Amino acid sequence: MASTILEMRDITKTFPGVKALSNVNLSVEEGEIHAIVGENGAGKSTLMKVLSGVYPSGTYDGQIIFRGQECNFKGIHDSEHIGIVIIHQELALVPMLSIAENIFLGNEHASYGVIDWDANETRTAALLKKVGLKEDPKTLITNIGVGKQQLVEIAKALSKEVKLLILDEPTASLSEKDSQALLDLLLEFKRQGMTSILISHKLNEVNRVADKVTVIRDGRTIETLPRKDISEDRIITSMVGRSLDDRYPPREPQIGDVIFEVRDWSVYHPIHPERQVIKNVNLNVRKGEVVGIAGLMGAGRTEFAMSLFGRSYGRHITGEVSLHGKPLDLSSVSKAVENRIAYVTEDRKTYGLNLIDHIKHNVTLANLGGVSSRGVIDDMREMSVANDYRKKTNIRASSVYQLTGNLSGGNQQKVVLSKWLFADPEVLILDEPTRGIDVGAKYEIYTIIARLAAEGKAIIVISSEMPELLGISDRIYVMNEGRIVGEMAASDASQEKIMRAIVRGEGKKAS
Amino acid sequence: MSTESAPAPQSGTAEDVKQGPRIAVSALTTNLREYGLIIALIVIMLFFQYTTSGTLFKPVNLSNLVQQNSFIIVMALGMLLVIVAGYIDLSVGSVAGFIGALAAMMMVIWPLGIFSNPLVVSIVCLIVGALIGAAQGYWIAYHKIPSFIVTLAGMLIFRGICQALLGGGSSVGPLPDSFKALSSGFIPDVIGPLTLIPPTVNAAGKTIVGSGLTLHMTTIVLGLIAVLAYAYFGFRTRRKRERHGYEAEPFPLFVIKTLVGGALALFLVFQFASYRGLPVVLLVMGVLISLFVFVTKRMTIGRRIYAMGGNAKAAQLSGINTERLTLLVFINMGVLSALGGLIIAARLGQAVPAAGLGSELDVIAAVFIGGASAMGGVGQVIGAVVGGFIMGVMNNGMSIMGVNVDWQQVVKGLVLLGAVIFDVYNKNKA
Repeated sequence: MASTILEMRDITKTFPGVKALSNVNLSVEEGEIHAIVGENGAGKSTLMKVLSGVYPSGTYDGQIIFRGQECNFKGIHDSEHIGIVIIHQELALVPMLSIAENIFLGNEHASYGVIDWDANETRTAALLKKVGLKEDPKTLITNIGVGKQQLVEIAKALSKEVKLLILDEPTASLSEKDSQALLDLLLEFKRQGMTSILISHKLNEVNRVADKVTVIRDGRTIETLPRKDISEDRIITSMVGRSLDDRYPPREPQIGDVIFEVRDWSVYHPIHPERQVIKNVNLNVRKGEVVGIAGLMGAGRTEFAMSLFGRSYGRHITGEVSLHGKPLDLSSVSKAVENRIAYVTEDRKTYGLNLIDHIKHNVTLANLGGVSSRGVIDDMREMSVANDYRKKTNIRASSVYQLTGNLSGGNQQKVVLSKWLFADPEVLILDEPTRGIDVGAKYEIYTIIARLAAEGKAIIVISSEMPELLGISDRIYVMNEGRIVGEMAASDASQEKIMRAIVRGEGKKAS
Repeated sequence: MSTESAPAPQSGTAEDVKQGPRIAVSALTTNLREYGLIIALIVIMLFFQYTTSGTLFKPVNLSNLVQQNSFIIVMALGMLLVIVAGYIDLSVGSVAGFIGALAAMMMVIWPLGIFSNPLVVSIVCLIVGALIGAAQGYWIAYHKIPSFIVTLAGMLIFRGICQALLGGGSSVGPLPDSFKALSSGFIPDVIGPLTLIPPTVNAAGKTIVGSGLTLHMTTIVLGLIAVLAYAYFGFRTRRKRERHGYEAEPFPLFVIKTLVGGALALFLVFQFASYRGLPVVLLVMGVLISLFVFVTKRMTIGRRIYAMGGNAKAAQLSGINTERLTLLVFINMGVLSALGGLIIAARLGQAVPAAGLGSELDVIAAVFIGGASAMGGVGQVIGAVVGGFIMGVMNNGMSIMGVNVDWQQVVKGLVLLGAVIFDVYNKNKA
């Protein structure tokens, strides 16, 4: 009989005007992998911040009992001290320092401030072995991929004698392969007796590793499901509070002629000019069609999209683009926007939004001409545009004067979408449009995509989630290593077929 | 330095319609934050009015105050855009010094004939300022060299050229009176003076300076027009908002704001009118301030600068030509530095090698006191102007009090630090 390692009782946390958590209960048993799922803004992160001491004791109501002791953390230091370590979604590594330096940052083996590098590196090597990394401890973080960086974070947690490991969306930016490796590692830790809490949107992952799932909705615990009751449908029903018969909105595609066409598109790496990143890509999109681009991380899909959109990526770009049969000049972003091409970036925080400004100003940014005359902005017109799109895309905010930095991921994505919708594009390239957002918001984004297609726009969706591509596209291109390695109608596509195209593409390269 | 001294971004004062009764409170708090700086300036002025036994508000001193600080405020307008765009410009003091020297050489030393006419010289100097801004902005915008480094180099280069032009340590002057009018002149009284109290005549038959009260009527009329226009446009904006169904700030607050603002402005106008009228440089400043408020609040180019400072990559991917915009911001800064240099030279009546020395720091301090963020993307024109006046009033007040210059620096440093700490504290609380 396993004992309870952590109990959170009746946790209530209020922010001015909002009750973020109300009487949340969570009980985690020693040695299990406990998943926490819920829509964005449901309160998962807040709960974890309470647990790790980011919100110090006294700023919330309720009790935290860890290994039989009631805990009153004053800060992260206190929680780490007794073995609760949280790995955040956004990695907290210093890029220009080595793996060893990062792992022992703030915790160096040192006497009187003089660092014992040998000790640090020996210990780092041991830790890296535990997480299955073969990198030299002296390697700089910036030189390893995101997947490995995630593992370094875990190694860092292990260095702190972790008893309870909390992972917040650990696979959000990992490729399928890296994600699998990470999940395997979690299972391995479990065999060694470690307890973990996994926060994830990816229900198939939860399904695979979790022993228990706690669903949080609107700041309340809805239920905790034991292993035998875990199924995606069951979790979704519980998360959204209604049953989602269909995860994708129904649509009847009305597909016209080819309006957007790319021929022989080649791009070279911006820093290593001898590396060809995109290799003779040909692609077309019809009016009213949703075209998906499938592929693994690093297949070159984002690079392709960004090089198209005003040459925002790469050098020595060659190839032709045409809209309605006429060649298009996309040599700068403003020309691309003028020619009614829009690109919704995969990284909304870094490339999509001005987080310190409010919704209104973000929505009109790509089409200021639409709310101004002779360079003077009409405040009233801007206001009504912003309110209009807030309604159309269902942005949940107190007003259009809310800072976008304070919105949840799904609502931020809707602001970015609104910005591009207001620019009135004919061709819309959506790069990972639902990354890191919850099921409910995903459905809303799909609905918007379906509506745009119905309005006769040509839409390209880049996504690493194959079920999503299969669910919303009419046609799918498969990309691998900068090449288009397959094209199929969504009606006869399947995850296996896509994977096979990728693998065959790799084989072709090897031969 | 990750200190973020950011108050809420310019969000206007209006909230959405459906906010209900909370709106009054929120409008009040946003307004308090926005006007906190102006209130701080008034408090500081009252403090010095008291400690200098009433000298501060004397008409002659007010004129002095404006004339002494105008170049800081003119340059702060450019610096605000530079800082909002996410950059810094350390060269403004040296550029101002160089332009002053150039102007003096052109007017006094070099035999340029018609081209030594003060107006022609001024125009040439502004163009040279633009070129300097473009030269520095080019490296910053198109070669991504940090602005701190480029303008630090500019600071050394233009101070050096300034000194070389003036032939080492000497000063060049005197400058023509028509040029000096830029700084020390007053607008002509086209309407004619109005004597309210005739001056006292002494035994020798001469009037006693400062006795009596004669009003510069052109100043009074201009002041009244400005105040009425302020009230009218404020009211019109309100009406427009309401007509479109958006809540404006509560009416009583609007009335109080307009009345207090108008009364203060009229008081100052009256003080100026009872001396020699509106200083020319105040008029220049007023026009520039209005222009920059308009550009930052209402024009697309202003909006783009804020967006670039807030997230340059996102701005670029929204179709904004961030490189050209950066160049423009520095050209603007160059022109205003040149204007600052002309004002300094006109005030001194000559060009000196140390003109504008260290003023870049006062200018930057004014912008930060005014609530701009060192990270870019946040800052207000009015904030920078009030920040400049806070620095100016403190300089002026402490000088009258006889505070040692060394200690004046300490006080200014503390005020800068305090203002930014206050902002950060406010932001974290919100």
